[in-house]
Amino acid sequence: MPSLSYLLARLVQIIPTFLLVMVFIFLIVRLLPGDPAIAMAEAKATDAQIEQIRRNLGLDQPLPVQFVVFVKNTLTGDLGRSIMLKAPVTEVILARLPTTIFLALYSVVLAICLAGPLAFLAAARANGAADIAIRSVFQVGLSMPVFYIGLLLLTVLAAKLRLFPVGGYGTSFLDNLYHLILPALSVALYTSAIILRNLRASLIEVLDADYVQFARAKGLSPRIVMTRHVLRNAMVSTVTLLGLSIGNLMSGTLVTETVFAVPGVGRLMLEAIFARDYPLIQGLTLTFAVLVSVVFLLTDVVQSWLDPRLRQS
Amino acid sequence: MEKPVVLAVRDLRTEFGPAAHPLVAVDGVSFEVREGEILGLVGESGSGKSITLRSILGIVQPRGRVFGQILWKGRDLAALDETRLRAVRGREIAMIFQEPMSSLNPLLTVGLQIEENLLAHTDLDARARKARAVELLDMVGIPAARSRLGDYPHEFSGGMRQRVMIAIALASNPRLLLADEPTTALDVTIQDQILRLIQSLAEELGMAMILVTHDMAVVAETCDRVAVMYGGRLCETGETAAVIGDARHPYTLGLLRSIPRDVPPRTPLYSIPGAPPALSAMPAGCAFTARCPVAGSDCRDARPPLAALSGGRHVACHRLPEAAAFFSAREAAR
Amino acid sequence: MSAVTLPAARPSRLKAFLARAFAKPAFVTGFAILVLSLALALFPGVLAPYDPLAFDLDAIQQGPSLAHLFGTDNFGRDMLSRVIWAYSVDMQMAFFATVFALLIGVTTGAIVGYYGGIADMIFGRCVDAIITFPFLVLVIAIVAVLGPGLVNMYVAITAVNWVYYARLTRAEIMAQKANDYAAAGRVLGYSDTRIIFRHLLPNAISPVIVYWMTDMALAILLGSSLGYLGLGAQPPAAEWGVLIAEGRNFLMTAWWMSLTPGIAIVVTGLGFSLLGDALADLLRPKGR
Repeated sequence: MPSLSYLLARLVQIIPTFLLVMVFIFLIVRLLPGDPAIAMAEAKATDAQIEQIRRNLGLDQPLPVQFVVFVKNTLTGDLGRSIMLKAPVTEVILARLPTTIFLALYSVVLAICLAGPLAFLAAARANGAADIAIRSVFQVGLSMPVFYIGLLLLTVLAAKLRLFPVGGYGTSFLDNLYHLILPALSVALYTSAIILRNLRASLIEVLDADYVQFARAKGLSPRIVMTRHVLRNAMVSTVTLLGLSIGNLMSGTLVTETVFAVPGVGRLMLEAIFARDYPLIQGLTLTFAVLVSVVFLLTDVVQSWLDPRLRQS
Repeated sequence: MEKPVVLAVRDLRTEFGPAAHPLVAVDGVSFEVREGEILGLVGESGSGKSITLRSILGIVQPRGRVFGQILWKGRDLAALDETRLRAVRGREIAMIFQEPMSSLNPLLTVGLQIEENLLAHTDLDARARKARAVELLDMVGIPAARSRLGDYPHEFSGGMRQRVMIAIALASNPRLLLADEPTTALDVTIQDQILRLIQSLAEELGMAMILVTHDMAVVAETCDRVAVMYGGRLCETGETAAVIGDARHPYTLGLLRSIPRDVPPRTPLYSIPGAPPALSAMPAGCAFTARCPVAGSDCRDARPPLAALSGGRHVACHRLPEAAAFFSAREAAR
Repeated sequence: MSAVTLPAARPSRLKAFLARAFAKPAFVTGFAILVLSLALALFPGVLAPYDPLAFDLDAIQQGPSLAHLFGTDNFGRDMLSRVIWAYSVDMQMAFFATVFALLIGVTTGAIVGYYGGIADMIFGRCVDAIITFPFLVLVIAIVAVLGPGLVNMYVAITAVNWVYYARLTRAEIMAQKANDYAAAGRVLGYSDTRIIFRHLLPNAISPVIVYWMTDMALAILLGSSLGYLGLGAQPPAAEWGVLIAEGRNFLMTAWWMSLTPGIAIVVTGLGFSLLGDALADLLRPKGR
């Protein structure tokens, strides 16, 4: 296992990055052309009303002051009030976040179940008929935007065949599995194309590696050679890739939530944008960044757990 | 009294690629290894020596196809299925590889890599396996063996990793060790240590060994008998002293002349012209034709058989007298 | 001098390269798709079977047929013609959403890769921070502030995307910098600018070009997604994502309205990624 000091070092490394993340979020809303106060105000608002909004948001203060207030509030969990929902941003986000996390995990699991066995099949006979067929299908998959995969699934499986619900969200775990299968699958198809590509390549490399030949020469059973020597080694780069594609995954869930009307933070983000609800947009952007950072950190941990060579430093 | 033969390889042929026009990496190779004997298998890279070793253990499959007989204590390994073969692999016949840097799994502790071998081939319980692992590391000369079981391969130097690999190979007391250029990747100073280690362990454990190398000096130092390979075929076999002292095949002669031996400084060394033929461009006759100083027109088309000479020696060459004349003339000129 | 000058692509080498390229089925397919896409983008009026805006109230929401391969929409407009007219917008998207990121990224990457030091450190932190945002989230956050529309979308995508080009270029430049010819250039007293842009960059650029191909496919996916979400091209502009969004309300009755524009996305995306993969294969240093 990676040592505690390693984890602490990684956590400390994140701090400057995260400060910069906060700067970006802060600047996006304040420095880009367009006045959030005007944008948020009703069309027929008077100058006084706009001035009021500006003061409420603290926009009349100098930028550095605003930033310090922003950081301080964020650290205490205060992300302001959502204009469209008239509730604290933190509360709104926390209510919707579990759905998105569930959806993301669900798609990752589906993607692994889909890509894993197929990558093995493809790598076992590289450039054979099965390999070429699998790769071609996934190549096409990589060229499909998530929203389009979603609409295809929706049309064929939900509308025509009536196999699955058109959208919505369940009430229990199993119910969720059932309700979210199409949105999760839409993201999973894209993710699995990425996994397949990488896992196939690293399996081919590992199957040919000296240590796998040596393991076979030791007379180990094929099962042990496969799991302990091949799979584990091939997984290192795939886990890294999976971790790094968390951003893609989040982008995918944002789209899929919109297509299937899933009440998660992705859809909320879009609603916030159309409502020009700046505090909410700001809070959600930060939430996504936190999610990604957490996954990056987890990836590091898993990676160093898998590969002892990464545990130093 | 000669010791009994433990391994007899007969007409071994290993192919890769499509069955219709295969690439033949090993072609009609036959040799024997006696109990406790060290056989040197010599040749350039690409001559098929490593593939010969891997064919014996059946680990060239599924991509390679093996034909011929591999008689291990009278049992034909080539005819065994994967499951039965596995009981021989690592237990009765073990193998060590050339690259200590890449032959150990970087993600697993050295202890686990030794113990998984013991788990597969012995009935030892966890405690006994650990004790045996320590004993093995100790035996191959790794200091503070007990404390190093939990270390990973990257925490060892190249020479130490090669020792670890030897310890793994010896875990279940194999009767035959296949050593595939075990010292090539190491520093010169370490090479000698490892070679001596292998040699003394083989002697101590009464274990036979096939030592694959491209280095005639290693053969001279270590092996009882030697088989010279070229282009996937054997060209000369015999007692080490006899072959080195009185080589007959033009390839062996050339190989020996290319090593500096008892010569004054600045003597130009012989170098065999050209490069070994590609597997896809092997001539029908003698594989060495293109580079042979004495080859005639018959050499290209007719394959020379591995014919017996006196003293248990075998040579495959159509032009033995010409070869002897050519190289002795060179010798005389010097 | 010869040690410093580049092995320039002489005509014979270009010829040999093209011969190798056109021997690859992936390259030929990708190339053919892109030539066709470009033709459709440049001459939609010539190639589209119908006027994309002409209402035909006798042919409302007809399914795919020989007369209307992609069917018709709720105003009887020919879907195939609408999809073809959308080529010009989507092909523009592939280009404009990536080319500025390419230019900015390559320049930045080359400079920080060459000089290293504090600039490189600041750059590294910025990269870390930007990749901490999901791509789409950051882009739509920027679009949200700038307002929806194609040009704002290009600005938003470029603002995020340049990082990926810069990272790639930086790594390549650092690898090239270690070579002898870079040192030779310094010994000869060439200016840094000349060494970076005349000597190092041409040798470092091929992975970037390969990535650009793939990235154009990604730009079409991203651009059409934004169009679908209502943040990219705005109706009535014909754009595949917008067309798909317009058809969404008729998914149960006229599925072809939503699903046929996707064919164009998939085929074009495939064209770029096939070409990218084939180029990656061709430009990879040979030998193991």
